[in-house]
Amino acid sequence: MARGAIALLTLGLCGCEGIQSALSPLGPVAREIAALWWWMFGVGVAVFVLVLTALLYAVFSHPDRRRTVDPERMILGGGIVLPVVVLSILLPFGVIVGASVSDERAPEALTIRVRAHQWWWDIEYDDGTPAGGFTTANELYLPVGRQIELILTSADVIHSLWLPRLAGKLDLIPGRTNRLVVEADSAGILRGQCAEFCGLGHAKMALVAVAVPPEEFAAWADAQRRPAAEPEDELARRGGELFAAAGCALCHAVRGTRAWGRVGPDLTHVGGRLTIGAGLLDTTRDNLALWIAHNGALKPGNRMPDFADLDRQQRDAIAAYLESLE
Amino acid sequence: MSETVAGPMPRPRRDDAVDRFEDRFDRVWAPPKGIRRVCAVNNSIVGRRFIVTGFFFFLIGGVLALLMRTQLLVPENGFLSAELYDQLFTMHGTTMMFLFAVPIMEAFGVYLIPAMVGAHDMAFPRLGAYGYGCFLLGGILIYSSFIVGSVPDGGWFMYVPLTSIEFSPDKSQDFWLLGVTFVEIASITGAIELIVTILKMRAPGMSLDRMPIFAWYMLAVSFMIVFGFPPLVLGSILLEVERTFGLPFYDVARGGDPLLWQHLFWIFGHPEVYIIFLPAAGLVSAMLPSFARSPLVAYHLVVLAVIGTAFLSFGLWVHHMYATGIPRLALSFFAGASLAVAIPSGIQVFAWIATLWNGRPRLQTPLLFIIGFILIFVIGGLTGVMVAMVPFDWQVHDTYFVVAHFHYVLIGGMVFPLFAAFHYYLPRATGRMLAEPLGKLSFWLMFVGFNVSFLPMHLTGLLGMPRRVYTYPEGIGWDGLNLTSTLGAYVVGAAVLVFLANVAFSVFRGRDAGTNPWEADGLEWGSRSPVPPYNLRSIPPVRSRHPLWDEPDLPRRIQNAEEYLGTAPEGKRESMVTTVVGGAPEYVIRLPHPTFVPVLAAIATGAMFVGLLVSAYAVTAAGAAALLAVLLAWWWAPAPEKPTKDAGRGLTLPIELGDRRSAGWLGAVVFLFVDLSIFLSLVYSYFYLWTAAELWPPLGSAPSVGAPVVTTALLLALSLPAAWLTTRAVGRGRRALAAVALAAAAVALVLMLLAEDAVIGSLPFRIDVHAYGAVVFAMLVFHAVHAAAALGATLFALARIAARGVDPERTLAARVAALLTFYAAAQGAIVLAVIYLTGAPS
Repeated sequence: MARGAIALLTLGLCGCEGIQSALSPLGPVAREIAALWWWMFGVGVAVFVLVLTALLYAVFSHPDRRRTVDPERMILGGGIVLPVVVLSILLPFGVIVGASVSDERAPEALTIRVRAHQWWWDIEYDDGTPAGGFTTANELYLPVGRQIELILTSADVIHSLWLPRLAGKLDLIPGRTNRLVVEADSAGILRGQCAEFCGLGHAKMALVAVAVPPEEFAAWADAQRRPAAEPEDELARRGGELFAAAGCALCHAVRGTRAWGRVGPDLTHVGGRLTIGAGLLDTTRDNLALWIAHNGALKPGNRMPDFADLDRQQRDAIAAYLESLE
Repeated sequence: MSETVAGPMPRPRRDDAVDRFEDRFDRVWAPPKGIRRVCAVNNSIVGRRFIVTGFFFFLIGGVLALLMRTQLLVPENGFLSAELYDQLFTMHGTTMMFLFAVPIMEAFGVYLIPAMVGAHDMAFPRLGAYGYGCFLLGGILIYSSFIVGSVPDGGWFMYVPLTSIEFSPDKSQDFWLLGVTFVEIASITGAIELIVTILKMRAPGMSLDRMPIFAWYMLAVSFMIVFGFPPLVLGSILLEVERTFGLPFYDVARGGDPLLWQHLFWIFGHPEVYIIFLPAAGLVSAMLPSFARSPLVAYHLVVLAVIGTAFLSFGLWVHHMYATGIPRLALSFFAGASLAVAIPSGIQVFAWIATLWNGRPRLQTPLLFIIGFILIFVIGGLTGVMVAMVPFDWQVHDTYFVVAHFHYVLIGGMVFPLFAAFHYYLPRATGRMLAEPLGKLSFWLMFVGFNVSFLPMHLTGLLGMPRRVYTYPEGIGWDGLNLTSTLGAYVVGAAVLVFLANVAFSVFRGRDAGTNPWEADGLEWGSRSPVPPYNLRSIPPVRSRHPLWDEPDLPRRIQNAEEYLGTAPEGKRESMVTTVVGGAPEYVIRLPHPTFVPVLAAIATGAMFVGLLVSAYAVTAAGAAALLAVLLAWWWAPAPEKPTKDAGRGLTLPIELGDRRSAGWLGAVVFLFVDLSIFLSLVYSYFYLWTAAELWPPLGSAPSVGAPVVTTALLLALSLPAAWLTTRAVGRGRRALAAVALAAAAVALVLMLLAEDAVIGSLPFRIDVHAYGAVVFAMLVFHAVHAAAALGATLFALARIAARGVDPERTLAARVAALLTFYAAAQGAIVLAVIYLTGAPS
């Protein structure tokens, strides 16, 4: 497998700077924290310049020309009064910002259950509508302006969900349930990543979130609720048969078919997602075929076997089938 | 007291007498030649070995870092595999923390403290040599994982369940758990002997407020190690037991809790940061006056700041766990404590600046490194305040911002002072100065390289790059920053190479260092460099905090053996023991000569760990038996040939006391503090698991108080009067009574062990199905081990009394046996109370 090819393929979605930046907030929580950072940065620079000046003056000015300081007074001023004043302003500021990061759930909030696995995200929407919830993976759609309650659990080891443009991170710990309330206040794409070392695939356990206007979100959710569409073209239909025959269904679910596996990501609408492999590759037919045969090289440690014994045509057929699952 | 100290004026000596003693004194203290050199136990040689070995591990850890930085040079790099990268960052952190930073800072203590406080050696030289053996063998054990291909890859923080048997079924994590625990023995033994040396081995007249500032730092740090390392020791033992024997402590499916590991790890882990930083700050405080040519200002305030840091550092651990979902109110408390620690740091920084301000600074290489240290450390402190803010930490936790922050704190706060200390103290060891131009070059390379490497990482983290990723996608804004960081890291590597070249150059061509080349104020410069194995020829009475500045003639008098204990007429290694607070002379301590005992003890300990690692428990048992045999030889000390001696300057002192004034007694007490801290960690684990459990004890597991429990409790109570009587009898020299009391204690302890075995046998649950059963079993076994230890000490004391009788002033064995019996009884009472009062059926 040519490394160059992998590098090239992974470009895709990630080609925009700031997509994972805590300094490009898309929501109120991240915006408050970014503001806190800039304030602390300014004060920090001021304190550093003060110390730097005093130190350089003490070392480089001529000893005969500088007046001796009363050391007690200098230590009292610089070592006690300065930090006490700065910190007594900072601590309440931090508490206020922290309090604005509410974990109170508003009644109209949208609940999303995220269950982390080595090394992907199982995502279950439960918006309380009579139509019911649905399952997807590695991709969040968020309605702009509506509070979102993320319910976080882990299926194996400790992971941490971090979407820097929305909020800080929160761990997903086996045996525990954590809650994170976030909100996107404008539309955009953002990338997140597991932030707690979770083993071999940790570096490639990412996810994508798309914040869209509420009506667009509703349309997306309706589409997600529907079972998988029957493939239309011949290649994809053959791919569907191969998908069942090759054992893919043991691990993956495709609603509306007999694939009910729950070990790997739900693939019902995988063709409509922006990426495959947990934020790794753009969802194209070529990438899907590549992933089927070489996912172990693309994502070291990945739990899925490499289906290298399928021939080129078979892989292309399955890729075509998956691509058709929009 | 001060009269005793000053003593009469030295009598004029006959020159031939000095010559005769000179030879003999040097011979007594000379290290053995050839292969027997491994038997050397004195602090100057063991300390040097510690420093060189620690530095060697620093070079290895640095190479691992450069390999990682090379992998991160460009996005999607294929230089290292994910697997290898995970191993490297685990080993980099483990090496730098456990094999470099903590050992090398303690090593500086071992190397310098006796000289600074005016002692011929540490209080327990064999313990120091044993510690070095554990450190070296433990380091080799950890690195041997590369040979068998099971390299630890769970991070230096080893979070469960990733490191549990389910997700790491091979031996890699066992290498870490056993190797690090082995190495920690060295940290703990080092701390014990540093505490005793600082408190009991100071020169006469060196009261606590005349103590060199570095000794204050090391004293605080040693106590932090005594209380801070045991939680990790316990956590590691529990994890190893869970992995190997299946007793659940962290396994959620069986009532355990993975967060228990995080608490135990960070109760250790945060003090650890200050355990690394404070000695380095102490070196700065010790060196700075030489370059400011003016004493450290606000000595008392700095001492208070150091003690304050030591206390606060135990209240911060949760700031490593802000993102685990802990309740807000608790977080605010830990945030407050984390911010408060900025104050003692600020006091020290401004004390250093004020010292320079009021002095006439001399800009030599060590001062450059100190200035670099202050600037970098201040930035690390400021970002530390930022990450203490809970909401900000939620963003930057586990990102490159935090990587940048703690490298500013640790490289700035520890490596820069360390290099200042290398340039400053190396001449003391080699007798030759380092070259200034090369020193300055290495400083500038390191300072520039460090900042080029780590300053951009703050931004890398804010732009979203998490830690511990072996690669990253192109085009999210991290490419240029990572490239810069890697180039900066190479420059730091170059700085270290220049330093090594400087050392090589100085060893062959360096200028002669002579006596006190930096015109320093401390006793450690009271000898000609290279400093002889006994540090100072004779031990001077100390009349001020800056002995060499206030008495310029002192080095001559020290070297001419005109002060205390400058001769060795009996052919024994000796030093003076003084009172804890005032430094008044108490007795002459006999120090061990070179011996294989510590080497053998370290090898036996190593066999125990290797046996556990490869599941060959016969090897472990053999190692334990060998260790016990070696310890008996170690403790069976010869009695002095006479009760008192002339210590010089007309002062007559007792030889080798063995009561509450003795160094050995204080050592035993400090050792029990270590043990107590392990025990409290275990009790904490019990209550922590309880709070996390839905039902505690699980249904049908509640133990009931039966006959065995009552018997154990009664025997516990019975051992107390026996122990009390022992102490009283030996204090009055009553041999028969002491023997009866010890025998009674031994019988009570034997019966108690039998009763406790019945208690364990009557537990109404299996120990491997639920964390409750596992932790109850662990507490009972923990106590049984201590009862057995008390029994061993009691039998040892009985044998001593049978062989030697009772000398009321030399009764250490019996006193320690009584102390251990008291301790085991108290521990047993707590264990039974916890199990049977809180676990009663509701």
